[in-house]
Amino acid sequence: MLNIKNLHASVEDKEILKGINLEIKAGEVHAIMGPNGAGKSTLSSIIAGNENYEVSEGEIFLDGEEISEFAPEERAHKGIFLSFQYPVEIPGVSVTNFIKTAINESRKANGQEEMPANEMLKKIREKSELLEMDRKFLSRSLNEGFSGGEKKRNEIFQMAMLEPKIAILDETDSGLDIDALRIVANGVNKLKNENNAVLVITHYQRLLDYIVPDFVHVLMDGKIVKSGDASLALELEEKGYDWIKQEQEA
Amino acid sequence: MSKYTEDDLKVELENKEYEYGFFTDIESETFPIGLNEDIVRAISKKKEEPQWMTDWRIEAFRAWTEMEEPEWANVNYEKPDFQAISYYSAPKKKDKYESLDEVDPELLETFKKLGISLDEQKKLAGVAMDIVVDSVSVATTFKKTLAEKGIIFCSISEAIREYPELVQKYIGTVVPQKDNFYAALNSAVFSDGSFCYIPKGVKCPMELSTYFRINQGGTGQFERTLVIADEGSYVSYLEGCTAPSRDENQLHAAVVELIALDDAEIKYSTVQNWYPGNKEGKGGVFNFVTKRGLCEKNAKISWTQVETGSAVTWKYPSCVLKGDNSIGEFYSIAVTNNFQQADTGTKMIHLGKNTKSTIISKGISAGKSQNSYRGLVQISSRADNARNFSQCDSLLMGNNCGAHTFPYIESKNTSAKIEHEATTSKIGEDQVFYCNQRGIPTEKAIALIVNGFSKEVLNKLPMEFAVEAQKLLEISLEGSVG
Repeated sequence: MLNIKNLHASVEDKEILKGINLEIKAGEVHAIMGPNGAGKSTLSSIIAGNENYEVSEGEIFLDGEEISEFAPEERAHKGIFLSFQYPVEIPGVSVTNFIKTAINESRKANGQEEMPANEMLKKIREKSELLEMDRKFLSRSLNEGFSGGEKKRNEIFQMAMLEPKIAILDETDSGLDIDALRIVANGVNKLKNENNAVLVITHYQRLLDYIVPDFVHVLMDGKIVKSGDASLALELEEKGYDWIKQEQEA
Repeated sequence: MSKYTEDDLKVELENKEYEYGFFTDIESETFPIGLNEDIVRAISKKKEEPQWMTDWRIEAFRAWTEMEEPEWANVNYEKPDFQAISYYSAPKKKDKYESLDEVDPELLETFKKLGISLDEQKKLAGVAMDIVVDSVSVATTFKKTLAEKGIIFCSISEAIREYPELVQKYIGTVVPQKDNFYAALNSAVFSDGSFCYIPKGVKCPMELSTYFRINQGGTGQFERTLVIADEGSYVSYLEGCTAPSRDENQLHAAVVELIALDDAEIKYSTVQNWYPGNKEGKGGVFNFVTKRGLCEKNAKISWTQVETGSAVTWKYPSCVLKGDNSIGEFYSIAVTNNFQQADTGTKMIHLGKNTKSTIISKGISAGKSQNSYRGLVQISSRADNARNFSQCDSLLMGNNCGAHTFPYIESKNTSAKIEHEATTSKIGEDQVFYCNQRGIPTEKAIALIVNGFSKEVLNKLPMEFAVEAQKLLEISLEGSVG
């Protein structure tokens, strides 16, 4: 589904990604872990199409199509979703209005009619219940005055609404208390099926207790230095990243 | 390459011609250019006005010749040459039309282009239209329904002929002839405008709506509007404007007077979309307007405006809160792009006891434009327990525009409560990227963010106007993120 080949990227002439190779197939959950500054968020931003990063080499394929020159909204229309580490506030635009606009823009781009209002309402109700969101929440301005947990829950709500092919969860666990973490993870698990995929980017093992990955990759200094199954995350939790660094240097 | 950058967008928008920039070729009867007492008399005669009206105009003209054009506003423009303007222009067909079939088809075509075809408007339940094209009303609808309630809604010229006592009693009572340079000019040469009278205790059953339009090259437009809400009555009045594009600047100096008698309420909403000039700042309408309302006891006046057009705007819809417990409100969205300049705001003059006023101003600047809020809150010594709340928010797009706030507060009563809040923000790349990531293209993202910013004011507009206003915001703001 998503295939990244030898990806090099830089920001302001500083090379951050130094040749990433990653293949994610439909139905899989991948986790990328790594210390601060390893390039985890850069990778997610680049997959989503953030133009502040310069891709100097390599390719990104989505269902066999090379997308590294596509605008961020085109990538979204093709099914890429990024749950932001720091979701932005848009004052005066309600959660409902925002998601309605997002869905209809995607539909428009894919040659579909706007979603009928009753269908939209039904879906909003369904997905907000899945994430145990208060109805009042839906009429609040997007992310304005939201707690950390509310922001992340809202990200997953949008993911549930947009039903992407591949969802990238960038540090979705940061700022979540244990209850919120469970709700968010539960939401993600329910949305997971054999036709989509999830890429979890995280610092800690914690989230992976709930969203169990098929593959774990360790990103260090712009490269994936080690890959394994879920047990690798546990090993990292126990031994820290230095262990891998030493292994690398050895 | 499919990447569409903000720069591409900027270029596309700059090249986009003014959407309403077309010119209707209706034979017009136009006065020779220039202004003197003879012209003023000729206008009055043309309109078959009574002597008192002619004298009133002459008095205003004489005052005007003694006055100087104001320079205090935060705008720069080449002053109009008042002797190079033709002060009267009317479509040749003089007869009133009984039905749409009789209306000049070309004129109907114009309305269609504006998206306000009478056909459409007629069907829109609850909207009566008094359409002013180049200063003379050519069609009025729903007159009958209004007449049944005793509501008068007609052109000011007709009102001067048919209801001289009402006009004579109220005209110039809120905005005197000598109020300011442009009000004096308007008083001398006003060509047409709207008149509205709501009798005692009557709630006007529909939104009253007027579309103004400047149509003849080189003619200034001097509209005069007078709205009188008698005791205990209610009216909601909509004013919407578009103008065709022109190379030379066009002057618009309107006067609007609102009178809300005891317990009456007037809601006055404006959507202004006059030609703002091209991307080099050439052309565009000069909009120098005096709008003021007077509130008697327990009366309420609300001004709501969405200003997206004109090259230079100079406008302060104000409320004189004369009666005890009266309420004044001002809700404004002013958008400037390219080289537009707007100096707009309000004056809330608290004279009565327990008077309240609310000011919500949203300024949005893009391109190389300058957007100023200028407001005065004045509490007189006998206005016990007066209250004011003001909120002025500015949204900037890009690095070449300016937002300015000039709040003036004068309080002569210690029991007054005055609050002022102000914010300035900028549309961030991160906001746009967030929207993009959710599948919302940049242009739409900006519209969304701006609509969110303006929401408190948009919510104050009547439904059918709010939709149009949102569309206007999108049109005028596209293409300016930095």
